[in-house]
Amino acid sequence: MTAPATPSAPASPQGPLGRARSRYGERTVQVVLVAAALVSVATTVGIVVSLVPPTVEFFASVSFAEFFTTTQWAPLFEPPAYGVLPLVTATLLITVIAVVVAIPLGLGAALYLSEYAHPRTRMTFKPILEVLAGVPTVVYGFFALRFVTPTLQGWLPAGMSPDVFNALSAGLVMGIMIVPTVASLSEDAMSAVPRGLRDGAYALGSSTRLVAVRVVVPAALSGIVASFVLAISRAIGETMIVAIASGNKPELSFNPLDAMQTMTGFIAQAGSGDLPTASLDYKTIFAVGALLFLITFVMNLISARLVRRFREVYE
Amino acid sequence: MSAPAMTKTRTLVLARRGIPWGDIVFKWLLRVCLAIAVAFLVTLLVYVVYKGWSRLDPRLWENFPSIRRPERAGAKSALFGTLWVISLTAVFCLPVGILGAIYLEEYADPDRWYNRMIELNIANLAAIPSIVYGILGLGVIARGFGFGTTILTASITLSLLVLPIVIIASREAIRAVPSSIRQASYGLGATKWQTISRQVLPAAVPGMATGSILALSRAAGEAAPLLLLGGLTYVAYVPDGVLSGYTVLPIQIYGWISQSREAFHDLSSAAIVLLLIVIIAMNSIAIFVRNRAQKRW
Repeated sequence: MTAPATPSAPASPQGPLGRARSRYGERTVQVVLVAAALVSVATTVGIVVSLVPPTVEFFASVSFAEFFTTTQWAPLFEPPAYGVLPLVTATLLITVIAVVVAIPLGLGAALYLSEYAHPRTRMTFKPILEVLAGVPTVVYGFFALRFVTPTLQGWLPAGMSPDVFNALSAGLVMGIMIVPTVASLSEDAMSAVPRGLRDGAYALGSSTRLVAVRVVVPAALSGIVASFVLAISRAIGETMIVAIASGNKPELSFNPLDAMQTMTGFIAQAGSGDLPTASLDYKTIFAVGALLFLITFVMNLISARLVRRFREVYE
Repeated sequence: MSAPAMTKTRTLVLARRGIPWGDIVFKWLLRVCLAIAVAFLVTLLVYVVYKGWSRLDPRLWENFPSIRRPERAGAKSALFGTLWVISLTAVFCLPVGILGAIYLEEYADPDRWYNRMIELNIANLAAIPSIVYGILGLGVIARGFGFGTTILTASITLSLLVLPIVIIASREAIRAVPSSIRQASYGLGATKWQTISRQVLPAAVPGMATGSILALSRAAGEAAPLLLLGGLTYVAYVPDGVLSGYTVLPIQIYGWISQSREAFHDLSSAAIVLLLIVIIAMNSIAIFVRNRAQKRW
């Protein structure tokens, strides 16, 4: 069969079953494929290249000490102040609220779908969770600002009424937004737990709850933790919800009823205008972006490591 | 055990306690977790439709935005902008993503350090915040390459953003094709690329289509990176080419939310309904394709 397929090959000098020369084109195809795979590497390089030089220039004008230790953030005012802490604490506060909402809900939903639900129930609810994951974040932001905040203002007692822009409703809605992330990744980890472990526990007389809590969750723990880490990383990087619902006031506060600005919120606000490339304002965006990138990068590495660990156990 | 009917009390009775209380409560707690998420989604959809109902009419897609007259404003430019950007994103990211996936699944030796690095890199890219891609677009594509704040820049940036999703989904689709198919093809004398292009890819198309549609629907709803790429400008024209200025639905919605007048908020609700219809339709097609094409080998 090889002879007619490779007309360009010389009449087989090395014997009847010699290795046919690969068709011309095979090589080209491979080069194209490698090039496509390298686009992803180029993306990472591009991100680093776009972040590093402006960040370095930024730190030539603003000292590390001022950036990381002072508590005033007002880069677009006169005189400017470059203490990034208010943005960081706002990011952390909103992330904590989101995670407190998302982890129990996501884990509960995953446990229910993986251990209790009838297959038909699972077939119904998994697509619903996918729709929840597919709703654009700008829609969540709108809902947080126009529905959740007024509802909270109506429910909470007068002294605790939140501002129009507040961290609480942004965090709550963001928590619901990342429920599907937690639920689907944890459920994957739980379905990877071999049936035999469950059957063994059932044979010893365990109830479904004991099997779920004492067998499945511990066995899937690294996958579950990886889903938490990824969820935290998504919450830190989420932009539109906070840009819409938590306000643009960078202030060092730990009161979730106050308006505050996160790192992503600042980048969105400052980046929406048309800043001259050489200005320090422009570089500030990249400095905050570099910090954001660094934080999420570390979280992603932790998550990837955890996922690899849980894969190793049962395959 | 109980011999004939004579012995009265020798029957061994196993304590029948039923399901313990704690278990029932636990099961209901888990159900509540799922129910809260679903109830939230339902509330959101109902609220948005209710709020935007008065503006869900042809004005929404026939008129251009207007700053002074919300009753006349529409999202025509945003709708066309979204169509432009998403089509171009598909043109950029689908070939690259699918070819990259073929390389990683069919050619790459997973023990080589550089292939492992590519995989780790893709996993990491999938979790980088979208606004960081905006910074990449701003620093490298818009200003570095000089493409400016155009549809082209927006599409390239969004392509890079959803590329990991396309690659991961396509790899799974390729992996699901059993190796016996490949062996049979090789056995008949086909070359590697012939095997891939005529056997593996056709079998993997439904899985790839599902992943690609989900990736594009993600791109259609993305707003954060485009904020940095000039999406938030007042556009009262339909884009006429890849170097045209643009706005997209999510950005237009964001712009209207930021207005103070109530009429603009109704308008943003109506536009949200439009956007959700587009995205949920794309999602449903993806889920339909997936369920339809689940092939048993």
